[in-house]
Amino acid sequence: MRWFVTVCMTIIMLSSSGYSQDSTTVSIPPLKGRVNDYAGILNEQTESTLETKLAQLEKEDSTQVVVATVSSIGDEDIESYSIRLAETWKIGQKGLDNGVIILVARDNRQVRIEVGKGLEATLTDLLAGRIIDYIMLPHFKNGDYDTGISQAVDAIIDIVKGTFDASTLEKKKSVSDYATFFWIAFIFMIMVGSLGRLLSGIVSAIALPIIGLFFSFGFPALVILAVMGFFTGFILASISRIQGGFFSGGGSSSGGFFSGGGGFSGGGGSFGGGGASGSW
Amino acid sequence: MKRLNYLLPVFIIAIVFCFSGCGYNKLQMLEEEVFKAYGDLESALQRRADLIPNLVATVKGYAAHEKQTLQAVIEARAKATSVQLSPKDLSNPEAIAKFQAAQGELSSALGRLMVVIERYPNLKADAHFTDLMHQLEGTENRINVARQRYNEAVKEFNYNIRKFPYNLTNMILLNLERKEYFKAEEGAKTAPEVSFE
Repeated sequence: MRWFVTVCMTIIMLSSSGYSQDSTTVSIPPLKGRVNDYAGILNEQTESTLETKLAQLEKEDSTQVVVATVSSIGDEDIESYSIRLAETWKIGQKGLDNGVIILVARDNRQVRIEVGKGLEATLTDLLAGRIIDYIMLPHFKNGDYDTGISQAVDAIIDIVKGTFDASTLEKKKSVSDYATFFWIAFIFMIMVGSLGRLLSGIVSAIALPIIGLFFSFGFPALVILAVMGFFTGFILASISRIQGGFFSGGGSSSGGFFSGGGGFSGGGGSFGGGGASGSW
Repeated sequence: MKRLNYLLPVFIIAIVFCFSGCGYNKLQMLEEEVFKAYGDLESALQRRADLIPNLVATVKGYAAHEKQTLQAVIEARAKATSVQLSPKDLSNPEAIAKFQAAQGELSSALGRLMVVIERYPNLKADAHFTDLMHQLEGTENRINVARQRYNEAVKEFNYNIRKFPYNLTNMILLNLERKEYFKAEEGAKTAPEVSFE
């Protein structure tokens, strides 16, 4: 058994090493929140104001706007660094692609507004360029990053507001939804488990999708649930036959195993290189 | 006959498994992905072509006697828009080379125009012109991103049609052809040369 594990580990290590990043480029820092001041050019007050404004925007419109400042991007073009960052952070909602990233490279004295595909028609390259030329750069030239970035964020919010609404956010199921579903399904099947094997399988195959309907799962998920229900019902009934009342006392430890948390993460939006850049 | 009843479901499952396991569906999906990536690239290139008349008109207002350079851009644009690729041509190296040559010519003509523009500070300060430049830069960047994604899709596709057992499926059932890559345009990365005649 041990040699098998060793072989597996070796294969995994060999195959993963092939994908390692090009060492000449600066690596992308992790996404911390809506404001990621890695260059340390914003004061705390600005950061928290921006954070609140951007959270509010996402709540109302589902549009995600993120500020990123880095000290240096090396010799890479800001455009290619920015698209790498966008592909890593996946700002914006999946399918809507409504994300915007304001990227400032302090030592390179370059700035870029990267616009997600879904917002390209609203926040055009032209508008992004004007925001950089007329709002950001004049302040940046004086070293006033706080004002430049705050005003740019205000301008972007003004432009993108109303393009999308929050309905997609409500549809997104939270982890706790799934956890509740599985608990209900689990308890239900234990009760059914005392029936015959085949009967239990059939009842579960019908009942699980019905429970799923209350959680408004999609059709493919319901079909999978039906199949899963049948087998699980069948197996559970077989087990409880052998074990007698093994499951009768189950379900005491509750609570979600995934806590929702207040952390911020990208919604899976994609970018196609829209936006504008500038330097000061 | 009774045995057949038992075998039938097994047989059906085996076939379904084969279609999902042997790549019959996957290869077609990957080919569609190449087509989609090409569609994105094509629309980015089209966008650039659409911007050029506007750019030429603006530059003319400030630098009317740079006729030669402007004419070169207009001609390169006309040529680039006349060479089109259908999805079928993506497997044809000659067609791709021709297409790339036409687009590359347009890029270098634009590059020369950008050099000429450096001599006209008034033009560079014109608000309409800076707007246009943002649009043009944005489009060039989109072209780059679209080309990279196209190449990634092609890489994935080409690898999969050669991979076992997908290569057998492809040979026997699908006969999909290898797709060609788009190379980065020569001169797109390097700054255009300045000549003092």
